[in-house]
Amino acid sequence: MTATVAEREVGRARLRKEDAHLIRGRTRWTENVTVPGMLHLAILRSPHAHARITRVDVSAALRSPNVVAAFTGADLADLQGVLACAWPVTEDMVAPTYTPLATTEVRHVGEPVAVVVARDRASAVDALEAIEVDYEPLPVVLDMEQALADGAPLVHAEAGTNKCYTWVFDSAQAGTGGDVAQAAAGAEVTLKRRYVQQRLVPAFMEPRSVLVDPGQDDITIWSATQIPHILRFLLSATTGVPEHKIRVIAPDVGGGFGGKLAATPEEWIAFAVARKIDRPVKYTESRWETMVSAHHGRDVIQDLTLYARRDGTVTGLEVKLTANMGAYLGLVTPGVPLLGAFMYNAIYKIPAYRFECTGVFTNTTKTDAYRGAGRPEATYAIERIMDDLAAELGMDPVEVRRRNWIAHEEFPYTTVAGLVYDSGNYEAATEKAMQLFGYEQLRAEQRARRESGDPVQLGIGVSTYTEMCGIAPSRMLGALNYGAGGWEAARVRVLPTGKVEVVTGTSPHGQGHVTAWSQIVADQLGVPFEDVEVLHGDTRTSPKGLDTYGSRSLAVGGVALAMACGKVRDKARLVAAHLLECSPDDVEFADGAFRVRGTPTAAKTLAEIATAVFTAHDLPEGMEPNLDSDAVFDPDAFSFPHGTHLCAVEVDTETGQVTIRNYACVDDVGTVINPLIVEGQVHGGVAQGIGQALYEEAVYDSDGNLLTGSLADYTVPSAADLPSFTTDRTETPATTNPLGVKGVGEAGTIAATPAVVNAVVDALRPYGVDDVPMPCTPERVWQALQQAKEAAA
Amino acid sequence: MPQISVTVDGTRYTDDVPARTLLVHYLRDHLGKVGTVVGCDTSNCGACTVLMTDHAGVPRGVKSCTVLAVQADGREVTTIEGLGGDHPVQRAFHERHALQCGFCTPGMIMAAVDLLRDNPDPSEEEIREGLEGNLCRCTGYQNIVRAVRDAAAQMRAEPASAPDESAQPVGVSGT
Repeated sequence: MTATVAEREVGRARLRKEDAHLIRGRTRWTENVTVPGMLHLAILRSPHAHARITRVDVSAALRSPNVVAAFTGADLADLQGVLACAWPVTEDMVAPTYTPLATTEVRHVGEPVAVVVARDRASAVDALEAIEVDYEPLPVVLDMEQALADGAPLVHAEAGTNKCYTWVFDSAQAGTGGDVAQAAAGAEVTLKRRYVQQRLVPAFMEPRSVLVDPGQDDITIWSATQIPHILRFLLSATTGVPEHKIRVIAPDVGGGFGGKLAATPEEWIAFAVARKIDRPVKYTESRWETMVSAHHGRDVIQDLTLYARRDGTVTGLEVKLTANMGAYLGLVTPGVPLLGAFMYNAIYKIPAYRFECTGVFTNTTKTDAYRGAGRPEATYAIERIMDDLAAELGMDPVEVRRRNWIAHEEFPYTTVAGLVYDSGNYEAATEKAMQLFGYEQLRAEQRARRESGDPVQLGIGVSTYTEMCGIAPSRMLGALNYGAGGWEAARVRVLPTGKVEVVTGTSPHGQGHVTAWSQIVADQLGVPFEDVEVLHGDTRTSPKGLDTYGSRSLAVGGVALAMACGKVRDKARLVAAHLLECSPDDVEFADGAFRVRGTPTAAKTLAEIATAVFTAHDLPEGMEPNLDSDAVFDPDAFSFPHGTHLCAVEVDTETGQVTIRNYACVDDVGTVINPLIVEGQVHGGVAQGIGQALYEEAVYDSDGNLLTGSLADYTVPSAADLPSFTTDRTETPATTNPLGVKGVGEAGTIAATPAVVNAVVDALRPYGVDDVPMPCTPERVWQALQQAKEAAA
Repeated sequence: MPQISVTVDGTRYTDDVPARTLLVHYLRDHLGKVGTVVGCDTSNCGACTVLMTDHAGVPRGVKSCTVLAVQADGREVTTIEGLGGDHPVQRAFHERHALQCGFCTPGMIMAAVDLLRDNPDPSEEEIREGLEGNLCRCTGYQNIVRAVRDAAAQMRAEPASAPDESAQPVGVSGT
């Protein structure tokens, strides 16, 4: 018997290693980094949503105090390269040329037109005013349906159309399910609904910043990015600078939420300017620049048709999307809706499914990934229409879900979209959530308020979601025409004293990878949590990786790390056997050490083995003195977290005010490495989902000016706008990776929005309201009530 | 160019600054106090919050993007870097996982210190209202609220570690 069992790190609510410098202000945001000789860059941006540029004159700016250089798009034409879209979703997709600085035409307000480089930022910004630009305004098109109509003004005249692509999935054609036409013919209930996903702004708190230092032999870039590795690859591929001559560092990065999953004009401009003048230049955007230039999210019109029997069984689903690309295609713009294409069927056994998405260009800031990327949209639509089905049939919304969801004993389950859900237990999560929430009591209160005609009505919203995350199996990405793979890399270096350095290809910006990865390694190698150092976010120390987005870091990168640790153990076992004078087959890794089977006191720790390997005096014959190991994990499948979120709102029918009374959720994200971090991710995700439901919307005026260009106008929720959430978990491990993990980064955002809006609509159903467009502001709620009243009159 | 004399995190500085210089830019660009950050242009996000003494010498939370450096002349400013690292609010933010990316954290912590000076025992609602001027996009605020409550309890139990004790100048005579 072993005397002590080392406490497992995985599953512990470890406080974060990341915090120490952040709570002291000892931070390295890109904007905090300075290098000798550094100059400051400011960017002149288009005030027009669509215009021809007939003249740009920077000569007066060049004469401004402290100005070192100023350039037009034409000046940098040979250096600046182009911004690439990595996801040509169809063969015939329209992919317009996207230059960092515009040269002949601008297509949205905020598009970069010219730059100034000066000794200090204020001088650079001052000198922008001296730049003269002559614009010849062109017709503007903002509305997607108008953009698709005949004779509409064209965002890209040379394309001859505003349609970017149409992408279709049909379960009958794919052989994954039936024909929706047959479902339509046999339907006892047909529901047609249009939902509008308003345009959102990711609104990471750290504005984007980039510093480019052209050294003698190579170029170093610090950037507030989620994707240092992809950035290096793309800079090289589009500018011709060899990849090995580019070093990208993502230092402390202040949030991303998909908004920094981007190859930005600003990065390319800074790269070109620094090379042109051979001086380090730094650019940090203002918040207005973030709002008009960093990509937006959502902005999709969803037309759904649901077919069902009167017993509540769903028999078919048709989804038709119109998705706003904005003026240009960002890194994965066209693919974002497709990440939802496989999710509209959600947790349900829907026998026939058809999905069609048309991407549209408009004179607006481009859209791209925002937390959940395609999956919140899908979940919102299906969860809304399931509630409508329940209402139509006079059934409880939970009951209608029960009649359609995949039962826990049916896993693994191949869906109508062709994905294999490996594991899940929707019954358990829903049961637990209903108890936490007090579902029956709240329903009773709702009935009482309805009966008494209380002007403040209670609504209960249900959202039972799943998502595909852990992006992603490279083969599946290839099948979807995505330009890269989805593997992730890790390296484990064992130092002579037994401390461990871990190199990860993931690139955290708030997720706590340093802490969670340390926990994984501690268990895998039997070393103390404190003895693990995690290195990331610098292509020189971490040359291989595909970065952080799509809830992939743990489910792909964490698994790669565990695999690398496995290779270290394999090597260490040989050394341990040699030192313990036994066969390697007799050595097992147990309770944090390499032990002789049956004689557990005969053991070697990793530190002892590391020292033996370091001296290399007495190693097994022919063994290389090295424990370090690499691994790359390319998953076979996505992972599928799921959960049940329940929201109760009070709606004042006289003022339209919505107040969240109670929010409870039970998420199943598989095996949990650190419950503290998981809870934090759920909180933040739910807050962003509530933001979409109740507060946030990017709004343009009819000329294409962004009216919500500041945090005064774009309402990121504050502490006073949000409730406390009751969170809990069920834990059904993934069967598709050795850690059993699924991912948690996007879950809350995906689940929360429909839970809240379903609650708002539920409160108002007795008044004849079956939709309130997002965000459900008091004004919109009040209008929905008035319209229902007028319709009834 | 106006000359200002301001004590920041216990060190007295005298500088000529352009009149339009904002306090946050003075702190960052002139003094290298880059722990205080800028998150917006409109004083909505509160990431730049620091403490500055008022005319009576009471340290109050200000958004340093809406204060001119010249307005800090003769005042004492405490930034996140002057809080000492082991302030109850800093500890509580760590222990309650009240930060993720950490960009809003300096401002949020300084705003919380200011709130607790004003109200040593705030309710959850008072904390939420009190921190309304500081935006966080990562945490959903729940753990921030917990942290502030914990810190409040801690500070009531140990008045010795009340705000600003650790930020008092070392080797500099008081004003």
